[in-house]
Amino acid sequence: MIKARGLARRFETRQGPVEAVRGVDLDVAEGELVGFLGPNGAGKSTTLRMLTTLLTPTAGEALVAGCDLLTDPAGVRERIGYVGQQPGGGQDQRVGEELELQGRFHGLSRHESRRRAAGLLERLDLTGLEKRLVATLSGGQQRRLDIAMGLIHRPALVFLDEPSTGLDPQSRRNLWEHIRGLGVTVFLTTHYLDEADFLCDRVLVIDHGAIVAEGSPDELKNRVSGDLVVLGTPQAARIAPRFDGATVDGDVVSFRVPDGDRALPSLLRSLDADGVELRSVQVHRPTLDDVFLTMTGRSLREDDRAA
Amino acid sequence: MLREIWLVFLRSLRPALRSPAMIVVGLAQPLLYLGLFGPLLGDDGWQWFVPGLLVQMTLFGTAYAGFSLMPEMHAGVLERLQVTPVSRVALLVGRVLKDVVLLVVQAVLIVLVALLFGFETSVGAVLLGIGLVALLGVAVGSVSYAVALRAKYEYVLASVISSTVVPLMLLSGVLLPMSNGPRWLYWLSRANPLSHVVDAERAIFTSGSVLLGLGATVLLVCAAVLFGTRTFRREAA
Repeated sequence: MIKARGLARRFETRQGPVEAVRGVDLDVAEGELVGFLGPNGAGKSTTLRMLTTLLTPTAGEALVAGCDLLTDPAGVRERIGYVGQQPGGGQDQRVGEELELQGRFHGLSRHESRRRAAGLLERLDLTGLEKRLVATLSGGQQRRLDIAMGLIHRPALVFLDEPSTGLDPQSRRNLWEHIRGLGVTVFLTTHYLDEADFLCDRVLVIDHGAIVAEGSPDELKNRVSGDLVVLGTPQAARIAPRFDGATVDGDVVSFRVPDGDRALPSLLRSLDADGVELRSVQVHRPTLDDVFLTMTGRSLREDDRAA
Repeated sequence: MLREIWLVFLRSLRPALRSPAMIVVGLAQPLLYLGLFGPLLGDDGWQWFVPGLLVQMTLFGTAYAGFSLMPEMHAGVLERLQVTPVSRVALLVGRVLKDVVLLVVQAVLIVLVALLFGFETSVGAVLLGIGLVALLGVAVGSVSYAVALRAKYEYVLASVISSTVVPLMLLSGVLLPMSNGPRWLYWLSRANPLSHVVDAERAIFTSGSVLLGLGATVLLVCAAVLFGTRTFRREAA
């Protein structure tokens, strides 16, 4: 559905050229839900804007939904749906009219566009809001309208740029359920780990304009050397040397083991046999943040807090 | 293409139709000139002044059109439209036509009020005269949207527009005949395409020669639409 090779974009600024994206290779198969994960400014949106014809690449080439990005951008536009980072509905437009016109911009007849608009409004829990001005919708409703506008021409491939930014937790969850149920190929960007974890079949981690890791959320997590085991024991300092890379914090010792769920029973038995008194045991699967930390030496969360 | 222009036009026009008060608000300035400045020119002044006023109204009415693009640029609206197959020309021309339609409505109202003051004309002249300012509106509106797209911020757009519109207006002879001034000022005004539009507009209402001004207007429209669509194509990849 997407095949990009060496996609790059350089911006000329007063401080000199900035390489926002440095030669990205991408392959997205039909029906996949692929996420582009990275901190703000990593090049996610720039890549997305290139793939959706909004920005001309300075190098590289791509086939998007079967059309060549460079020679047939109009063909790409006909076949993709795009939901940008910012709300796409005109604030002074009526919800129903805006959605219907979006369909007609894609060449649908008025009748057909209305029919599909009604269906989409129902599917995205927007029924009854047709006559309202877009400005009067809540953030979550506007986002769902954006998605409806991205779907009205039944594209085979939909791009979502930071779909849940600015939404409250409940609306996010609700939006995710809708995205999971779309049934088309989806390529989205996010800087939220939980979003990538929940939504994506496959995640591409991007940092400083280049892809640094790729795989399903579970595969990526397995790359971090194992699960985190946290033991609470008064003998923390004594048993720490038994485990590679263990850290001690008061009565707590933590270390990583591959496949923690399976390793734990025998580990506990041997500690018990040695008379170690255990007060608590926890096993944490690695998070995508651990992945990011391993790959880049920085935490996504730190970036989040700074933003 | 016509279908796309129509759809973009429809989308732009709908909010305006929901608040027709804006059309009346846009009439305030020309009405003030009509009521508080026009009478200074004496009874014979109306034939000379009203055509100029129509041109001035066109200039001020469409030069600021680009502002309506700003909120759509800053949100994701324009971007969303750019990722549809709609031609970039339609994205521009549809919007411009909305402004021109509103302008025509305003021009008709101004002519009607002017008739009450003693302005004399025929239906044919009004049609021709409004047709000419509509063309001028297409030119000025196109440039305004293109400049908005490049300026990106309201404050940049505001300073660009006000620093061009005021000299263009002063040098067009809408308020007083440029021949009253020193020769350098007169020649400066001849270099302003708008002064030829004003001359043509006056000629329409006094049965003089319209050709030069019409030619100037058509050239302006071509140049402006070309500039506008080029900008829309480039800024939108």
